[in-house]
Amino acid sequence: MLGLDKKDMKFLLIVTFLTLATPILLQPFPEGSGLAQFNAGYPDLMQRFAIFGIFAIGFNILFGLTGYLSFGHAAFLGVGSYSAVWMFKLLSMNVLPGLVLAVIMSGLFALVIGYVSLRRSGIYFSILTLAFAQMSYNLAYSVLTPITNGETGLQVTLNDPRILGQQVSASGNVPGTHFFGIEMGAAQKIAIGSWEFTFSAGYYFCAIIAIIAFYLSLRIFRSPFGLMLRAIKSNQQRLNYTGLNARPYTLAAFVISGMYAGLAGGLLASMDPLAGAERMQWTASGEVVLMTILGGVGTMMGPVLGAGVIKYMENIFSKINDQVLHQWFGWLPDSLESIVIWAAEHFVGSGWHMTSGVLFMIVVIFLPGGLVEGGQRIKSYFKNRRGGDSDDPEHHPKQAPHVAE
Amino acid sequence: MGILEVKGVGKRFGGLQALGDVNLSVQENTVHAIIGPNGAGKSTLLNCFVGKLIPDTGSVMFDGQSLLGRTPYEITQMGVSRVFQTPEIFGDLNVMENMMIPCFAKRDGSFRMHAFESVAEETDLVEKAEQMLIDVNMIDKRHMHASSMSRGDKRRLEMAMCLVQDPKLLLLDEPTAGMARADTNNTIDLLKEIKEKRDITMAIIEHDMHVVFSLADRITVLAQGTPLVEDSPDKIKDHPKVREAYLGETQQ
Ligand SMILES: Nc1ncnc2c1ncn2[C@@H]1O[C@H](COP(=O)(O)OP(=O)(O)OP(=O)(O)O)[C@@H](O)[C@H]1O
Ligand SMILES: [Mg+2]
Repeated sequence: MLGLDKKDMKFLLIVTFLTLATPILLQPFPEGSGLAQFNAGYPDLMQRFAIFGIFAIGFNILFGLTGYLSFGHAAFLGVGSYSAVWMFKLLSMNVLPGLVLAVIMSGLFALVIGYVSLRRSGIYFSILTLAFAQMSYNLAYSVLTPITNGETGLQVTLNDPRILGQQVSASGNVPGTHFFGIEMGAAQKIAIGSWEFTFSAGYYFCAIIAIIAFYLSLRIFRSPFGLMLRAIKSNQQRLNYTGLNARPYTLAAFVISGMYAGLAGGLLASMDPLAGAERMQWTASGEVVLMTILGGVGTMMGPVLGAGVIKYMENIFSKINDQVLHQWFGWLPDSLESIVIWAAEHFVGSGWHMTSGVLFMIVVIFLPGGLVEGGQRIKSYFKNRRGGDSDDPEHHPKQAPHVAE
Repeated sequence: MGILEVKGVGKRFGGLQALGDVNLSVQENTVHAIIGPNGAGKSTLLNCFVGKLIPDTGSVMFDGQSLLGRTPYEITQMGVSRVFQTPEIFGDLNVMENMMIPCFAKRDGSFRMHAFESVAEETDLVEKAEQMLIDVNMIDKRHMHASSMSRGDKRRLEMAMCLVQDPKLLLLDEPTAGMARADTNNTIDLLKEIKEKRDITMAIIEHDMHVVFSLADRITVLAQGTPLVEDSPDKIKDHPKVREAYLGETQQ
């Protein structure tokens, strides 16, 4: 069905279910309990999971399949955001034209940057993409100020033409973004007992696009095109002597992943209609690399998991402050408490980067295949305990790892 | 006119004249062996055919067209396949995936954007790839990770990847190096069968004289970058210059 075999179809259904149930699944702790601060089921954060999931899924098509490590993908994220906001200013607050332009513009940018950068491979390719992204970042602050509005960032205002939509809302403000009338900011709170779940239109819009993006990437992974991309990573010499030209394949992968990034950028602007140049900075490019590696390079689920974990830590750990720490460790003797809190402080609040850095190191050292490999190890551990030695890898020829997991 | 015409090819690496003045004519549907001691320039010569190296002097014509200045993928698309001295396969992929790639390249050319089809649904190509694996006795290994196989298996896989493209000219650089005796004999049988069944020309570099004399219609002896003699296998066997320069070393 849908061009997928049974196993992939099951996989897609599970992913779809998990995505749609996210507002419930990420809200496991009742309101008011001490653990409620670890809940992640609020719209703003869930939208980020979906959007950065899309960004990472697209990045993985390039990095995971071909092995070309781009350090400049944030440029496309920025291009997507600017394009979308311009559509909100000129056309209407409907997100559809914005997203379409975001994907087209980032695709064109990726075509140019990819065409030049792909003349080199390995570290030189990475440096070239990094240089291009930093160049875009600097241009956004200087020459391109009329388009980007420089340091202030591009925003929607009451004076924008919005020729197809409302210029001013009924209440006299700038109207909110919507999808054919469905307000992105609309949300429904449902309380069950002491649990409270928020179902937001914005999240479900992002989630549905993320599921489509995931499905398309699954198709690419299983296609002859995807096979060629994996062959490029494996042995370019043999690929050439098989009669294949690697350049257009890598360029196509680069453009596709650039369009995914542009889509993510457009969605960011659709949820919060402003665009700033800092979105293009190299730290943002580095973040998607971390997400992909943390989750598992070249796997289907990895980038999504990685994006989720990093965005979760950014939001949750950065919110934990002194007060919270005192609550947690208040039961310790005073001298010990101050030592523990002193140590813990470095890992929370603005120090959340430390936590993510440590997690990243642990994963790269012990699970080179990322979190997905961790999951697989746990699965095979339980399988072996249950099934005895029937699944003993020593007595079977090594099978090629399945890229789906 | 042979299918491959090499005229006055020379190649220098810094101070080393790797190829002097090589003239060679490979006739269609024959097996032409190139033998010679280590460092004679045999691999360098093949590299000049497939676009990996550009010779300093001379010309290389295949099927009436010059091969010089063309990229490796263009030359492969013209019908020239190559088996390398150290096996070049897609180590990260499994055997069947390795086989599918040349099948796609043969059918679709050097680039095609088939991003929304499924590899598994290309039943014609899957069948073709499987038949080739049966021919080289590797069908039971089709799910194996290519990099985890023995060197001999990697070579057979590489050969199958070349043969499945039905090349007009197959260049083999020591195809039996690193193979056990039994595998070597299988390879000889396979190549013999291919030669009989298909319209294929082969140029083969080989140190194993048993392989050379079982397959070759014509032999060129290369020493220090220049052809010493070219003749039929029977004549080469008894040629005094050859015995001295080459066979003497390997047949003790
Ligand atoms: N890319 C290169 N750069 C510099 N020197 C090279 C290069 N390729 C080959 N040579 C040199 O050219 C000479 C011929 O090498 P070649 O590999 O063609 O020999 P060969 O006949 O294939 O030997 P063997 O039987 O060992 O494979 C050798 O001296 C080698 O060191
Ligand atoms: Mg050699």
